[in-house]
Amino acid sequence: MERDTVMSFTAAVGIKRRDASVRLATSSADTLDRPLEIREALRFEGVTCTFASNRGRGENYTAVSDVNLSVRDGEFLSIVGPTGCGKSTLLNVAAGLIQPSAGTLSVFGQKLGQGLNRQASYLFQVDALMPWKTAAENIAAGLLFHGRTKADAMASARDWLIRVGLEGHGDKYPHQMSGGMRKRAGLAQALVLDPRILLMDEPFSALDIQTRHFMEDELLRLWSADRKSVVFVTHDLEEAISLSDRVIVMSAGPATRPIAEFDIDLRRPREVSEIRMTQRFLQLHAEIWQVLRGEVLKGYARNRP
Amino acid sequence: MRAIALDPRNRLLVLVTRFALLAGGILLWWILTSRGWISAFFFGDPVGVARRIAGWFVTGSVYTHLYTTLVETILAFLIGTVLGLACGLWLALNPFLAVVTDPFIKAMNSMPRLIFAPIFALWFGLGIWSKVALGVTLVFFVVFFNVFQGVREVSPAVLANTRMLGANSRELMRHVYLPSAMSWVFSSLHNAVGIAFVGSVVGEYLGSEKGVGYLILLAEGVFDINSVIAGILLLTVFALVLDTTVSLVEDHFMRWQPSAGQTVSGHA
Repeated sequence: MERDTVMSFTAAVGIKRRDASVRLATSSADTLDRPLEIREALRFEGVTCTFASNRGRGENYTAVSDVNLSVRDGEFLSIVGPTGCGKSTLLNVAAGLIQPSAGTLSVFGQKLGQGLNRQASYLFQVDALMPWKTAAENIAAGLLFHGRTKADAMASARDWLIRVGLEGHGDKYPHQMSGGMRKRAGLAQALVLDPRILLMDEPFSALDIQTRHFMEDELLRLWSADRKSVVFVTHDLEEAISLSDRVIVMSAGPATRPIAEFDIDLRRPREVSEIRMTQRFLQLHAEIWQVLRGEVLKGYARNRP
Repeated sequence: MRAIALDPRNRLLVLVTRFALLAGGILLWWILTSRGWISAFFFGDPVGVARRIAGWFVTGSVYTHLYTTLVETILAFLIGTVLGLACGLWLALNPFLAVVTDPFIKAMNSMPRLIFAPIFALWFGLGIWSKVALGVTLVFFVVFFNVFQGVREVSPAVLANTRMLGANSRELMRHVYLPSAMSWVFSSLHNAVGIAFVGSVVGEYLGSEKGVGYLILLAEGVFDINSVIAGILLLTVFALVLDTTVSLVEDHFMRWQPSAGQTVSGHA
């Protein structure tokens, strides 16, 4: 196992350097320019995921290939890429829900073997609340699984209901709530466990645009309170830039790899709908889109029958 | 005017119409048999049936039969449900075992299991247990297949999410698999109630000394068609009572499910 400080990235090829904020990955380590105290929350080393294809025997589908990537402690990292490029696969590896075919995942320096990543909470793209539990019971469930008493868990759940703006809705079942309310409950369910890492898989993609901006602001507000490490997967570049410290662009699938990373040097605290109007935002957007656009086109071409 | 008058949500109107339909049917039956247009010997007559039911309850002779049949049915229903639930969960969570046992289960389900009645009579005697066993074999498969399907249909996102929240396998069973299977179980229980009655009545019919099925068999032996119809009516009423009980329990356990027409509140 290497030291804490290694470069965050080794897998890219073929993109011209356009700005200081674009750090191109080379296989050489751009190691030592980062201060030692920065810890890595997650570290992918040579992670490859190959699935048996349902098209026929012997045919395999490689979703992600040789991914080297690290997520710093307290960092808000977004991963963007064309649809179907294996972003979610990467997140599932980070959660321990999928064992990579090759390569390793380390969580705060510890290799994750079998089993789930206990440092992480996961917010899924689809609704994942237990439909037979009320909002409050859903939020309390994780605490109960961690051995807290029922009264204690429910008290924490009530507290989190207020924090995510669901005060007075605790007794509602998921089907009685709107999409935005369910996302809030899901966020509370993930955060009540006070994880060190938060994994988010296009969590707001099903919401209408106003609700979405609202939720993004809410997320930033909650995140800024204790700065967990966040890995945020999205296909929406604007969302990625307005939320993140760093944006990773993935290549089109199959055999997806990260191909570029961009530091987002926008000031915090941010207001997502306002930050989108700033000059710097547009500049970053144009830069990243240059890279992403090519991959999106490739993805289209491959998926065409 | 017509549209308003025949509104299906008008409960009073629906009730009155239902009652009229029932009364009309009985009236027709009564007219046909009392006028001699169809034979009261073969079709019975409503007055005779009513008199027979009243007689049974006044003399109290029916209670022991009713009690026997109800005990058999409820036992078959409960044992079959618990076994179906347990086996359904067990097999659904053991893919290997499920694949191995699949042809056997299909075979046992497709065989006409009522034919077991004589065998059960040999094994368990003419008392209630041969009828309970027959009912259990009928109820079991209905519940089993539904639980099996219910567990298979657990949303993978809910499952993964609950695992990420730290649930161990016992907690997954209690908080995810069981509640998810429950909606399937309850829809199967409504079928199971009727089937449990079939098991006990057919069992009694083939060999017993007590029970409503036995009562019907006796009446049939002396061509007492009124008693046969009276017995069938009694069974129907008690099947409805049991079904309503299942519905009440279902309403309690399934209150998390949206019921049709319930408004979903719509602010973010």
